[in-house]
Amino acid sequence: MNKVFISGNHAFAEAAIRAGCSCYFGYPITPQNELGEYMANHLVNNGGVFLQSESETAAINMVIGASSTGARVMTSSSSPGISLKQEGISFLAGFELPAVIVNVMRGGPGLGNIAPAQGDYFQATRGGGHGDYRTPVLAPGSVQEIADLTFEAFSIADRYRTPVMILGDGMMGQMKEPVVFPDFVKDLPEKEWALKGRGTGKSRYMASLILDPLEMERHNWKLMRKYGEIEKNEVRYESFMTDDADIIVIAYGTAARIAKGAIKRARGDGIRAGLIRPITLWPFPKKVLLDFASHISRFIVFEMSTGQMLEDVQLAIAGKAEIAFHGRPGGVIPTPAEFARYIYRENQKLKK
Amino acid sequence: MKLKNDWPKYYKKDVVSHYCPGCGHGIVHRIVAELLEEMQVGERAICVNPAGCAVLAYLYFDIDMLESAHGRGTAMATGIKRARPDLFVFTYQGDGDLSAIGTAETIHSANRGEHITVIFINNAVYGMTGGQMAPTTLIGQETTTSPLGRNPALEGYPLHITDLVATFRGVIYAERVSLDGPAGVTRTKKAIRNAFQTQIDGLGYSIVEILSACPTNWKMSPVDSFSWIKNEMTREYTPGVLTDKRGDKK
Repeated sequence: MNKVFISGNHAFAEAAIRAGCSCYFGYPITPQNELGEYMANHLVNNGGVFLQSESETAAINMVIGASSTGARVMTSSSSPGISLKQEGISFLAGFELPAVIVNVMRGGPGLGNIAPAQGDYFQATRGGGHGDYRTPVLAPGSVQEIADLTFEAFSIADRYRTPVMILGDGMMGQMKEPVVFPDFVKDLPEKEWALKGRGTGKSRYMASLILDPLEMERHNWKLMRKYGEIEKNEVRYESFMTDDADIIVIAYGTAARIAKGAIKRARGDGIRAGLIRPITLWPFPKKVLLDFASHISRFIVFEMSTGQMLEDVQLAIAGKAEIAFHGRPGGVIPTPAEFARYIYRENQKLKK
Repeated sequence: MKLKNDWPKYYKKDVVSHYCPGCGHGIVHRIVAELLEEMQVGERAICVNPAGCAVLAYLYFDIDMLESAHGRGTAMATGIKRARPDLFVFTYQGDGDLSAIGTAETIHSANRGEHITVIFINNAVYGMTGGQMAPTTLIGQETTTSPLGRNPALEGYPLHITDLVATFRGVIYAERVSLDGPAGVTRTKKAIRNAFQTQIDGLGYSIVEILSACPTNWKMSPVDSFSWIKNEMTREYTPGVLTDKRGDKK
C-alpha cells in the first residue's frame, strides 16, 4: 500500500478496520472525536458495526457484549471518559475477553483541558479498575506506530484474551504524518470460547462472580500466570543513541519525540545522551534499564506529568543509579530546547 | 400418558434453587425456559443476567449466558445483538438493576429500538443486598433504608420506567403483568411470549415488567405476598399492555 498522510486519530481507526475490528462503540470526547467519526464512515462501509453510545460506561459494556461473541472490538475515549470505562475494563479482565481500548490523553484531573498530557499512566498501567488484574499498555511515538501498534494490540488481546490499552495523547491523536498501513487481515481464526448460542451442544456462561474464595483465588492466580507470560513475551522498547551514552533519558509517546530533539541538540554540544523509549508501559522494560544501571550513573525521566512512569523506573533501577525527573503536566507541551537545557544541567552535575 | 409438564429442555436438571420460598424468580425462570423451547429459540439464545438475586441464573438456564455489571445488561445485549443479529438476545433484570443504576442504559437501548427483549422483575425492593429501598418501592413501604416508610418528600415517587419507555417510538411491545397466583402465571407466560415473538419477527424492542413477590424482604408469607401484589402493587403499577406497535411494523 502507498503512503498516506493521515492524523493519529484516523490512523487508529483505519488500522483497526484493517486488523479485522468489526465493531466500534464510543462516546464523543475531545481530543479523539475524529476516531469515532472515521469509524462511522469507514467501518460501516466495510460491513462493520458503529454505534455512538449514550455514555462511555454503555460503550465499554457494548464492547463486552460484542467481544463475548468472538468479534474484534474497539472503543476509544480520552481521560475522563476512560475513567468511566474502568468498571467495564475490570469485567473484561475477569471474563478474559479481548478488546482494544484507546486513550487519547488530555490534561487532568477532573475535566482538566483538551491539551496533550500523560497523567493517566498510573491508571493505565496499574489496572485502572477494581480487582487484581493488569492491562497491557502500548504507547505509540508516531502516527506510523499508531497503525502498527493498533494491529499488535488486537493480536495481543486475542492471544492472551485480555483487554489491551493503547495510550496516546492529544498530540499523537491530532498530528498528521505519512503512514504505510499494514494489509487487511484475512481469515481470523474462530474463537472456540465465544458465546454463539448453544446450538445442539452444551450451554456456556461467562461470569466474573465467583463466590467461593478459594475458587476466586485460583482464578486470580490463573490470571496472574497469564500476566507473567505477557511480561515474559511482550516487552517492547526503542533504544536511541544509547550505545555510548553517559546519560539515559526515559520517555514515552510525545515526550519521547521531544526528548529525541533535545538529545540531538545536546549531542551537538558533545553531551553523550541517549533515550530508552518504552513502547509497552505494562509490561515495563525493566531489564534493559537495570542493565544500563550497571554502568550509567545518571538517568533522567521525562514526562508530561508530575512523575508517574518515574516510579516504574525507580522500581526497575532499584537504587543502583541516580534518577532525575523533568515534567510538564497540565497540557503544557515542552520544547526540545527546554528539555535540552535540563540535560545540560544534569550533565554539569555529572562532571562534579 | 404424556405428562403435561415435562422438564423444560433449557432448564438445568439436578440443581437446587438458591431462591427463597415464594420468590417470583423461580416461576419466571420456568416460564422463560418453557418458551425458549416452545418458540424454538433456545439454540440461538443468549441471556444477559444481572447483578442481583438473578446473578446466578446461569445455574438454571441451560443456554448461553453472559453476566452483566450492575445495570449494564441492555448495553451488553446491544453489543451482542449488533455483533450477531442472528442470535436471540434477552436480558433478565431486577428493578434496582434496570431502573436505578441502569436507567441510562435501559432508556437508550429502548429508544434506539434495539432488537432485544427485556424481562424486568419488579419486586419493589433490593432483594440480594437485603431489602433496601428501590426506585420502585411503594409510598409508605418500609424497607431497611426507608424504615419509616417511603416518604415522597424525601425519596420521591415510585418510578414507572416501563410506562416511560412504552412512550418511545422504538419500543414495539411493552406489557406489565402481576405474578400473584396461577392466573398470573398464565398472564406472565402470554406476555413474555408476545415479547419474544416481537424479537423473532424482527420488529424491535420488547419489554415485560413482572410484579413479583419477595416474601423474605417484604417480611410476609408467600400467600400474603401474593395478596400484597394484587392489592397494593397493582394499585401503583397498573397491569396491562402499555404499548403494542407490532401491527404498525408489519
